[in-house]
Amino acid sequence: MIAETVAWFGDAANWSGPGGVPARVLEHVGYVALALAIALVIAVPFGLLVGHTGRGAVLLVGAGNIVRALPTLGVVTLFFLLLAESTPAAVVGLVVLAVPPVMAGTYAGVQSVDAHVVDAASGVGMRGMQRLWQVEVPIALPMVLGGVRNAVLQLVATAAVAAYVGLGGLGRYLMDGLAILDYAEVVAGAVLTAALAVVLDLLLAGLQRIVVPRGVRLAELTRSKGPA
Amino acid sequence: MTIEFRGVTKRYGGGAAAVDELSLTVPDGSMTVFVGPSGCGKTTSLRMVNRMVEPTDGDVLLDGRNVRDIDPAELRRGIGYVIQHAGLFPHRTVLGNIATVPMLSGWSRRSARRRAGELLDTVGLPAELGSRYPAQLSGGQQQRVGVARALAADPPVLLMDEPFSAVDPVVREGLQDELLDLQRRLGKTIVFVTHDIDEAVRLGDRVAVLRVGGRLAQYGTPADVLRHPVDDFVAEFVGKDRGYRGLSFLSAGALEVGEVVTVEIGSVPGESGEWRLAIDDERRPRGWLAPGSTVDGSLAEADLVAGGSLYRRGTSLRGALDAALSSPASLGVVVDDDGAAVGVVTARHVLDVIERHPASATATSRTARA
Repeated sequence: MIAETVAWFGDAANWSGPGGVPARVLEHVGYVALALAIALVIAVPFGLLVGHTGRGAVLLVGAGNIVRALPTLGVVTLFFLLLAESTPAAVVGLVVLAVPPVMAGTYAGVQSVDAHVVDAASGVGMRGMQRLWQVEVPIALPMVLGGVRNAVLQLVATAAVAAYVGLGGLGRYLMDGLAILDYAEVVAGAVLTAALAVVLDLLLAGLQRIVVPRGVRLAELTRSKGPA
Repeated sequence: MTIEFRGVTKRYGGGAAAVDELSLTVPDGSMTVFVGPSGCGKTTSLRMVNRMVEPTDGDVLLDGRNVRDIDPAELRRGIGYVIQHAGLFPHRTVLGNIATVPMLSGWSRRSARRRAGELLDTVGLPAELGSRYPAQLSGGQQQRVGVARALAADPPVLLMDEPFSAVDPVVREGLQDELLDLQRRLGKTIVFVTHDIDEAVRLGDRVAVLRVGGRLAQYGTPADVLRHPVDDFVAEFVGKDRGYRGLSFLSAGALEVGEVVTVEIGSVPGESGEWRLAIDDERRPRGWLAPGSTVDGSLAEADLVAGGSLYRRGTSLRGALDAALSSPASLGVVVDDDGAAVGVVTARHVLDVIERHPASATATSRTARA
């Protein structure tokens, strides 16, 4: 099996053309990116609003849990039947999956800002939006990005369902391999999916290092080590 | 700027009052300390000045102007605000934190940061801390930055909500001294909240003692509250040691400084049957040489018994008594402003002065502290 998988990766035919690895990876990343972008547009403002005002938290957490309980494959199939189009069905399914972790991360990030810091921000004369953008968002960034990384991991793993409704991506190797009992192809698809998840997560970790303010990182370090 | 509370009441929901009919005036340029047990409404009262809390009834006036008529954000930018855990913005440098209010008020970035640099100096922090982040500072340093941030736009009023209660006692005392010094230089109108009666009498020109339920029990000078508590609640709250605390307000004018045998570190002391005060080459006290102790060769610090607290000449009698009581030789060391030893006092002598001069108790808190 291992030898066959290695042979699959060694076969030049698997690396070119519309069914080749580079094209499939790009398709896969494309679904992930599109679903993530839409999820961010929906989830971040809601998370910020609920975290900032402290209102609607119960609703947000409850809704998030309900959505999490939905089987993605079922959602994709449902939308495929409703829309009769593959791409929107797959993307909607993925968005539904990505919204809860991003929203939870954003909400939790804003919510976790030290109450004294929030009090000080208002007390020195910041208006609501100034407090949100100048204080709450920069401090919440690590948790917001944590939510995004969670979402991306799940998206990469689940974007394989796109193949189920006739689209491309790395799920193709799984579906096609299973159809013709070519287990080397199935394993190759799984390995590629896992590798893509790791690579994207590392990229996001790098992004996190760049965009999270230095003082916030230092504060996290001091907290984990206990007070100086 | 004068702060006036006029029949201010705060009720949460339909429940009992957190602050009940509070009426008092904080005169321009003075410091009033709100003190009382938890649940007495002292923080709520403070927060009604900058509209962090809105009164249910009554008015707060700044120089006669009702704070209700001022936009909250504008109002707060004109009032310095210092809170217990400093509440510094962790993602901003020290300079960035201090420059917050000037930036909100539309100053240019450059002038806001220049102003922040000046304030570091005002609160006694070295300039190189300016580029650090709050997580890199000690608790005491964070509080100083908090004070600097409150002072940045030069507001006439400062609100300080238990600003020093989270730092250790030694640092706290230093911060209190600096606040008094700052207040002498800047002449702000300050409302300070604490649950610590010692801190209240130490800092306040006036002390407002509040009782649970948000009722004002007594409002007066610290000496007044300590000597003439209006009722059992105030008497109990200011505590059993209030006679001793009252010594803080007794000037030490009549205190005579006695002589003491001194030996210099590095000299050969010889033998003696009495306590001798060891001093360095600038006459600063280093400790005591016990009676009958022998020294091999020249006197070193290792030969000494550690000294007690030092009494700075001209300060209150409380310090003098403490110096005498804490000294191993029962002799309180008196030093001048440069820290050089000028002589000693005994506890008996300090008590004599206290008994002979009850009238000196009328000295104002200002001169007693100077």
